[in-house]
Amino acid sequence: MLEQDVRYLKFKTFLSFYCPHCKKTFNVERQNERGLIFTAKYQQNDFELKLSPYLDVFEVKVSYPLKDGEILDDLICPQCKKSIVSTEVRCSDCGSKVGEAIVSAYAKLIPFYFCLKFGCHWHGITKEDERFIKLKIPRQAMPEQDQVVRISNFQEVPYGYTSELALLEAGRCLQCKKPGCVEGCPVNIDIPSFIALIAEEKFDAAIKKIKEANVFPSICGRVCPQESQCEAHCILGKKDEPVAIGRLERFVADWERKSDKVKIPEIKISTGKRIAVVGSGPGGLTAAADMRQLGYEVTIFEALHEPGGVLTYGIPEFRLPKSIVKFEIDFLRKMGVRLELNHIIGNILTIDELLEHFDAVFIGVGAGAPWFLGVEGESLGNVFSANEYLTRMNLMKAYLFPEYDTPKPKGNKVAVIGGGNVAMDCARTAIRTGASEVTIIYRRSRQELPARAEEVHHAGQEGIKFKLLTNPIRFLGTDNKMIKGMECIKMQLGEPDASGRRRPLPIEGSNFIHDCDMAIVAVGNGPNPVIFHSTPDMKLDARGYIQVNPETMETTKEFVYAGGDIVTGAATVILAMGAGRIAARAIHQKLSRTPRTRK
Amino acid sequence: MARGTIIRFDIEAPKIARKVKAGQFVIIRVNETGERIPLTVADKDEFAGIITIIFQIVGKTTALMRSLNEGDFIRDVAGPLGRPADTENKGTVVMVGGGTGVAILHHVTKAFKESGNYVIGIIGSKTREMLILENEMTAICDELVITTDDGSYGERGFVTDPLGKYLEERYDVRLVYAIGPIPMMRNIVKLTRKYNVPTMVSLNPIMIDGTGMCGGCRVKINNEIRFCCVDGPDFDGFQVDFEELEKRNSMYLADEKTSLLFSIR
Repeated sequence: MLEQDVRYLKFKTFLSFYCPHCKKTFNVERQNERGLIFTAKYQQNDFELKLSPYLDVFEVKVSYPLKDGEILDDLICPQCKKSIVSTEVRCSDCGSKVGEAIVSAYAKLIPFYFCLKFGCHWHGITKEDERFIKLKIPRQAMPEQDQVVRISNFQEVPYGYTSELALLEAGRCLQCKKPGCVEGCPVNIDIPSFIALIAEEKFDAAIKKIKEANVFPSICGRVCPQESQCEAHCILGKKDEPVAIGRLERFVADWERKSDKVKIPEIKISTGKRIAVVGSGPGGLTAAADMRQLGYEVTIFEALHEPGGVLTYGIPEFRLPKSIVKFEIDFLRKMGVRLELNHIIGNILTIDELLEHFDAVFIGVGAGAPWFLGVEGESLGNVFSANEYLTRMNLMKAYLFPEYDTPKPKGNKVAVIGGGNVAMDCARTAIRTGASEVTIIYRRSRQELPARAEEVHHAGQEGIKFKLLTNPIRFLGTDNKMIKGMECIKMQLGEPDASGRRRPLPIEGSNFIHDCDMAIVAVGNGPNPVIFHSTPDMKLDARGYIQVNPETMETTKEFVYAGGDIVTGAATVILAMGAGRIAARAIHQKLSRTPRTRK
Repeated sequence: MARGTIIRFDIEAPKIARKVKAGQFVIIRVNETGERIPLTVADKDEFAGIITIIFQIVGKTTALMRSLNEGDFIRDVAGPLGRPADTENKGTVVMVGGGTGVAILHHVTKAFKESGNYVIGIIGSKTREMLILENEMTAICDELVITTDDGSYGERGFVTDPLGKYLEERYDVRLVYAIGPIPMMRNIVKLTRKYNVPTMVSLNPIMIDGTGMCGGCRVKINNEIRFCCVDGPDFDGFQVDFEELEKRNSMYLADEKTSLLFSIR
């Protein structure tokens, strides 16, 4: 694995501090310690004073024993050896002398003062200056694995922020009084507060803040479409780029995990009641974690041999490392949640049978049945549903074939049909497993691509081609019934449809053949009916999803709750988590009020 | 351990044994690096909590299963999957099985018999050594015909020969239920179509998850895509696109070889 070049990143966007006399920059780094380094004088003694350069973090380190409230005699520039004590400005708090430096925040030079009274706050920059500087700090780029190297491995693409980058990025947050980001977050994380805590280097408190609203920040920080949620509402985004909220979330979550600070939360005294959670995807895991904390005995039933649902079989390793999913699931196990794998509810046990053993049931089985296009030739060899392709690759680890027994779908020229995250995942998996050319075929334009902006960007970097406003109408096969190409038609956008997006319409006579030897259909998923065969008394909506009361997520069957894709149709990880949380609270309320005897 | 050897496993899986019905299958993964393969349940013992599977060594996973000893554990067994066979009382039914298909046929035949049908069994294999469950089938069936391709036991020829005879002679056959290799099922359907006798076939496409999630097992039934794992495995034989099924099933033959060679090395 390539190590990121930390040195390069550290100062890429850093503000400079100059001596007012010699105009040389102060030392800002020495032996990995960061700060402005001066020579300080106190009662004829010379010693070193280091100030933290972060805009709203005040931290002083001295190499000489000083007590709070003592006043330094002088400060000397380490380069020109002149005193940098200002003659005009006095500390507004204590009236002592102040040291002066110049901050260069891009085109503007701003005075930067710090009080010589040790322990006093510095207050050189006015609120407006501070705001001005914050606006000038650009959104910090994410350190990433090199685009040429990464297409031959499955390691995660973004490395995550270093603490330096995170501090700088956190410093950009304006701490709005009425934060739009919080409203944009489906689970209403207190975003300004956790960012403020990062800026204060209180990572411990920051992660705690996030976990009040979101149990799995290391997952959400990686897979949430922040650009259409929290970051879409960021004030900074109006003129410049929004604060990288997702990256900061990921940073603290990773920090907590890597520094071994994850603690099992307090679990309330057992209520003696039992909850069954069906499906171990994001919704089920969240509901399970919440219910367990409230003191319930929770059992999760998973149909596959690995827990995690879409996090395990769907999202590839390079986007969400499986070690993280495993970590979170082990965490649940440590909390005392039981996991029953290989249990297909509806077949091995029905919902009614679950209700005999459990006080309430939460269904979070997702929308797992793949849709096909319904065009000619779709059953040809090497035409896959995205689910099959990703299940083979992720869950069964076919990319390690023949070490793992499941064969790897082989294609040289691969076409992926669809424009969502799943399509990007398929395309990027294909390019990593030996395809020489991968094309995304999508019937609308770039603007309508439903995938996360970052995934589209990464896919582009990795050499994936985009054929937009194009729709396949037929798959062409060889004599051996393997795919050899697709007949496509060009599209144009018409009036907006029910989803608010402009409806694609075919342009007649624009048919053409797109050559490919493998096609992956990634046009969405519907509800899987397996679980419902045995529960006719649970009402479904017209599209086959479970009907729930949106306030409580309770289904039409009492004591049975549902949430996530099986209620909303294919959506995001975070929405499923939100639903899991609402259901957990509602179940707790109901079970605390309504006594129920198991049959 | 020759290729083609037929093996029987009794697996302790009480929860599945309690629920599984004739025609349903389980997904098995032998070890951590193994693939998921579907195997139809050949019999069950609810009280002992045991399900029986019978399989032929055809590839790596089945070869690996052969190396297990009594008392060993299988990494994952998931089920029951698929819809149970529709075994209500129809009158007279002909049950046709070829090769290891007989293992599944046995379970379904039992269910047909229990619901009061007059059951005629026809089972076939390549040679005498590969014939399975003869005694069990004799015990259940009202009539039983055995065929072998090489004539080493029973009648010489294919299962379609006695089936044709029955269809010609008996007008009261209400249903033919067939399970076995794809060419066999295709030929049976060809024959029964002539006599217009409803025919159910049990399909065995390539499958991964077995829960309706991947669509790898899609088969064309009456020109519509259906998933064998949740809509099947039994389908109306007249509507199945056998040619497509056969091509899809042979997609990974080369990989199977690679996989086997890899494990030998």
